[in-house]
Amino acid sequence: MSAAPPAALADPMLPAPWRVRAVRRETADVVTLDLVPLASGVPCFAPGQFNMIYAYGVGEVPVSLSGDPADRSCFVHTVRAVGAVSAAIAGAAPGSVLGLRGPFGSAWPVDAAAGHDLLIVAGGLGLAPLRPAIYRVLARSERFGRIAVLYGGRGPAELLFRDELAVWGARADVTVAVTVDHADPSWHGHVGVVPRLIGQIGFDPPNTVALLCGPEVMLRFTATALRAAGVAAERIHLSMERNMKCAIGLCGHCQFGPDFVCQDGPVLRYDRIAARLAVREI
Amino acid sequence: METLERLLLGHEFLAGIDPALGRRLVGCARNLRFAPGEYLFREGGPADEFYLIREGRVALELHAPARPPIVIESLGGGEMVGASWLVPPYRWGFDARATADTRVFGLDAHCLRGKCDADHHLGYEMMRRLLPVMVRRMQAARQQMLDVYGHPPA
Amino acid sequence: MSPTAPPGPDAQTTPVLLDRAGLQALVDALVARGFDVIGPTLRDGAIVYDRIADIAALPAGWTDRQEAGRYRLERRADAALFGYAVGPQSWKRFLHPPEETLWRARRQDDGFTITPEPPAPAPFAFLGVRACELHAIAIQDRVFLGGAHQDPGYAARRQGAFLVALNCGTAAGTCFCASMGTGPRAESGFDLALTELIDAARHDFLAVAGSEAGAALLAVLPTRPAGSDATAAAEAVLARTKAGMGRHLDTDGLKERLQANPEHPRWDAVAARCLACANCTLVCPTCFCTSVADHTDLAGTEATRVKRWDSCFTADFSFIHGGSVRASGKSRYRQWLTHKLAHWIDQFGSSGCVGCGRCIAWCPVGIDITAEAAAIRAMPGKAVGEGKGGNA
Repeated sequence: MSAAPPAALADPMLPAPWRVRAVRRETADVVTLDLVPLASGVPCFAPGQFNMIYAYGVGEVPVSLSGDPADRSCFVHTVRAVGAVSAAIAGAAPGSVLGLRGPFGSAWPVDAAAGHDLLIVAGGLGLAPLRPAIYRVLARSERFGRIAVLYGGRGPAELLFRDELAVWGARADVTVAVTVDHADPSWHGHVGVVPRLIGQIGFDPPNTVALLCGPEVMLRFTATALRAAGVAAERIHLSMERNMKCAIGLCGHCQFGPDFVCQDGPVLRYDRIAARLAVREI
Repeated sequence: METLERLLLGHEFLAGIDPALGRRLVGCARNLRFAPGEYLFREGGPADEFYLIREGRVALELHAPARPPIVIESLGGGEMVGASWLVPPYRWGFDARATADTRVFGLDAHCLRGKCDADHHLGYEMMRRLLPVMVRRMQAARQQMLDVYGHPPA
Repeated sequence: MSPTAPPGPDAQTTPVLLDRAGLQALVDALVARGFDVIGPTLRDGAIVYDRIADIAALPAGWTDRQEAGRYRLERRADAALFGYAVGPQSWKRFLHPPEETLWRARRQDDGFTITPEPPAPAPFAFLGVRACELHAIAIQDRVFLGGAHQDPGYAARRQGAFLVALNCGTAAGTCFCASMGTGPRAESGFDLALTELIDAARHDFLAVAGSEAGAALLAVLPTRPAGSDATAAAEAVLARTKAGMGRHLDTDGLKERLQANPEHPRWDAVAARCLACANCTLVCPTCFCTSVADHTDLAGTEATRVKRWDSCFTADFSFIHGGSVRASGKSRYRQWLTHKLAHWIDQFGSSGCVGCGRCIAWCPVGIDITAEAAAIRAMPGKAVGEGKGGNA
């Protein structure tokens, strides 16, 4: 018997270098980046998952994947500059290199929703983590009942993916409704909070699956409105935001009750977290 | 008149109302049409009519000097516009402007108030339809106040 | 080598006796086999775990007196080497160190390269691991190694470690392992377990092997057979320690009560006392939360990522853009206690508390986890009935 040499384990904390292939400006403070790996292929991901993106020397933040899961040529991330790290990532020039770990986390139950009416409800930047689900649903829309995308933003200038929303809205197999909190009179669309859109589209509540992503207040009120409309709590899925640092359930920061949002979430089932959502500072 | 009665009682706001009660509203109602950009009413004006939108879209606007007007809410088919006709001094608190071709039922406020005063059964029926809408809109306005999509204060 | 592997057919599970020279021989044998031997030493008025080569460094004749917000060393009437309960540190300090460089990145013309930090060279041997601490290590094993992702640094340090357990001969006023089912007897998870037998007539250590590695080591040490008097004396030591527990935590129904009572007024009462200093999380042998910091050198050519202990009591622990989710002291204490005693069971299959009492002794205002838990438990709450929220 003697001291055994430590065995090497694959290190989930080690970022891999990815190059910024393209940058698209979405709004004044939001950009979408196409990233390609320097050394490997582009892994598969499931709609709803996120990556940890590292800006050299500045730090690392979680960013949801916002691209088409069927596109294996790159990872697409939509980033809003809100802090030092996200500003560094959002400011990355084409050709520059970022670190990336992932994908991590739970996924939207897109395939399990087949056969149901599907409500995709997004608020603000929350449309980005839902876009991969929308791509997957629209690629096989015949598998679903009625499909609706409901999207709320602060004002018309802050809406994401407006061109795509228009393209989706022109399709016969999906209803798109967009609302803003306030607007100037040049905006002819809906004004009001997202839950108000629920009453304005046709769907069959007992046979509906809903996917929700946005600020927590918007999630709470939207889920309440869906329940009031008759959607089952276990068919409502929402993506939570907490402080994710390690993304692998080891650092403790993102705990939300018994859940590690990085690992058990970010997509969580409403019936399992409804009571917690009502508690302040949990 | 039969057509107006059928259409009015078919409006979502009056869904399920006892036809005998609903018929009493017909005498107060008229059909109105607004082109995009036309105002249903303006802030400060007499709130002498209660509107039920049949189709189209109506923007509720507030304005302040030297600033563009702000749309605070938009309403569509099946929804009702305004409650100031119920509350003295019966003046509108905002502008209502059609943003699409809009068809509405206008119910004369004087006529409506008179019937509700005379028949509390009808009055109560109107109240329990109005109040949930007002509460939902107040809650929505509170949520908008949070500015949840905006940048948090530094 | 795994300390949790039970002894095989060749293992010597019959208790034997080591005298003090035998204990030194154990240390020598571990050093000779390349282990970094860590044991209790006296420093700064406390018993702390540190590198040792000689058993003369052990705190002979000292004990600790502990109460809520109080830790003092006192002289014992005898020269017992392990005659104390637990010091401020736990073995967490070594297996899950307070600071660890994870990797270094070097800027290049074309982006940057990232190199993981090599693991520590020598494996640890721990001398004097208490039953509660064995349970704490087993709990951190589940946290860092039992999930979908493993912590490679912890895995490397843990895999090589040799654990010499010590059956407690004294209980502090803050001890409650007996009610947590985590002590005072070391039952598993060790390579060797010792019981210190000291009276006017002798000063020996009753030793049993808990693994093949432990048995192999014991076989080369100068031992003598243990008579029934020695095993009886060891039993008496454990019985006395168990009876001497200063505190008790009733866990029956506690998880459900904690999870159902997030607005219990007791949270406000404890928050009024709590300084949010994070001492409890630092001394806790199972608290595992960390944060990372990114640094660059002045030229920006090299960047490092350092992992550090963090605490759910710090203001920015739950920061998301806009502010902290848990801004109030109430919410932070509630998070800590509810995680430790309730959510931990959902997450890792056991309580996160092993009853070592460190958080009670080292709380500057003397907040007592057993008293807080009992207060919440005493008041029935409406069942919330929630498990984990995953999609599966």
